[in-house]
Amino acid sequence: MTQPNRKGEVWVFAEQQDGVLHDVSLELCGKARELADRLGVAVGAVLPGYDLGNLPQQLIAQGVDHVYVVDDPSLRYYTTNPYAAVVETLIAKYEPQIVLYGASPLGRDLAPRVASKTRSGLTADCTDLDISNVTDPRTKAEHANLLLQIRPAFGGNIIATIVNYDWWPQMATVREGVMSLQEPDANRSGKVIAETVEGLSELASVVQVLERHVEERKVNLKAARIIVAGGGGVGSRENFEQIRELAGVIGGVVGASRAAVDSGFIGKEYQIGQTGTTVRPALYIAVGISGAVQHRAGMEESAKIIAINNDPAAPIFSIAHYGIVGDLNKVVPMLTKALRNRRLASVQ
Amino acid sequence: MGFHSIVCVKQVPDTANITSEAMTPEGTVNRGALPAIFNPEDLHALETALEVRDRFGGTVTVVSMGPPKAAEVLRACLFRGADRAILLTDRRAAASDTLATSYILSQAIRTIGNYDLVFCGRQAIDGDTAQTGPQIAEKLDIPQVTYLEEMVELQECSQGKKAKIRRNTGNGWELVEVRLPALMTVLETANEPRPLAAKKVLRYKHASVPAEVDEAKAEALKERGLLLEQWTLEDIGAELDRCGFAGSPTKVFRVESIVLTKEGFTSVEPTEAGIAGLIQELISDRTLG
Repeated sequence: MTQPNRKGEVWVFAEQQDGVLHDVSLELCGKARELADRLGVAVGAVLPGYDLGNLPQQLIAQGVDHVYVVDDPSLRYYTTNPYAAVVETLIAKYEPQIVLYGASPLGRDLAPRVASKTRSGLTADCTDLDISNVTDPRTKAEHANLLLQIRPAFGGNIIATIVNYDWWPQMATVREGVMSLQEPDANRSGKVIAETVEGLSELASVVQVLERHVEERKVNLKAARIIVAGGGGVGSRENFEQIRELAGVIGGVVGASRAAVDSGFIGKEYQIGQTGTTVRPALYIAVGISGAVQHRAGMEESAKIIAINNDPAAPIFSIAHYGIVGDLNKVVPMLTKALRNRRLASVQ
Repeated sequence: MGFHSIVCVKQVPDTANITSEAMTPEGTVNRGALPAIFNPEDLHALETALEVRDRFGGTVTVVSMGPPKAAEVLRACLFRGADRAILLTDRRAAASDTLATSYILSQAIRTIGNYDLVFCGRQAIDGDTAQTGPQIAEKLDIPQVTYLEEMVELQECSQGKKAKIRRNTGNGWELVEVRLPALMTVLETANEPRPLAAKKVLRYKHASVPAEVDEAKAEALKERGLLLEQWTLEDIGAELDRCGFAGSPTKVFRVESIVLTKEGFTSVEPTEAGIAGLIQELISDRTLG
């Protein structure tokens, strides 16, 4: 348990695999920059790994001031204990006031281990972060500039704001895709600080990685400008072709709700929502998706939402900008045809 | 020979099937209005432990922290073949966050002792944090292997016991070897939980913890070997300032129900004219290029 250090930096755990930084870490750099500027402190990034090349420069370009690098052969592949030892050691040395991790499978393995060791609070899967003065409703004590850790709870039915009053550092894992990625600035300057941590090779021997299979991410929903997503209402695997066709014509990618994935219409990698990918495209077309809160949590930040559903009471309409109440089997082909004709017209 | 497993299980409100009746007018969740269920991934953790016992021998002990009603999930474990069930129930454990919860469960696991494997579901559906498993492992100072999909092999050799595990990494999988004792968190893709065994249901359906029954009933159950173990924080030697509200660094400052920000939408007729108008609008505001 560490006392509040109000001069402490705002830190990001920089997750990398095979020399590539995880998107969520880059997204977090931008958010950390914003929080640090409000607190008047620097942004730090902890970067453990081996043979890290220009990754420190990439982090600096995303807004980091100090990159703490631990480059060690024992850190080539992620295993919990040596990575946790790195983060714990550096937290003890520098006393950051905030430490952010991506809520990736790796971040959700690492962060709780560190939190338990340092006896600090940890909030999982945040979708927003803010800085605010907070009055403890129980003790009426005032706490200046706390990190507000905002996350859905109870299956996404409520939004909870969590704070750590006096057990610091304030730590959170943050869901991928909810913080916007800032443009890198190659001219930014920052400092790369090489650190060493004792005993890493022994810690790495506890869990040995015998085999490793990394699958390419085939679907890139997050980068898509337009997403056409189908839900349980699409009805069948065959019918899902209509969704693909519309996506193809409009230049978008295909997504799905959990109901469509569970019914076997399409693979799990296409799932959008709380347990799938969080997206914020320019246009989101929801077809036959009722709009359970778990799904909405993954797409409600879309700039434009069109909902197509035969049930006028479907919750998806409550967040839609345009709603078409009707049979998707008629509406989707109509939309596809109209878009195709428009394209043909513009070619001629 | 054999491997001794401890499985942490939790009774949770069924958040997947939440209804409007379960929300109070203030926008908070009325836990009482939700059915209480066996946390889904914990069933897979139990199944993994039972499979280990089936293959290699050993024992399966289940432990749960919760109110007396949580004995329901312990009975569900006994119906499937668990050897021993313990309920940790103590009002001073209420309002524990994951750090305090993991401390309490780690103390319970230390008290049980003599274990090779600790299994938890990856996460509980009431919080979806996936933090308690790794935090228990840290408190016990044992390795953790998260996202188990298959227990490939268990071995005992001159250097001790070890396990080979296939774990899901989110973008693929890896095969790891870990020295025991170790803690594993289990995914629902790991296995198919076995059905209840009719014989065991008959045998254990009246099994209860003392807090569920009166003294006379407890005495009678005890004689028949059906009084389940019920522990307090003293029984596990827990430091009280590390439990419950006092032992929890994270505090809920505010809770809001999901507010839908959009008020009303532009209705588009499901006709060719309606759709043409929509496309025109999307072009004019540059959503479509």
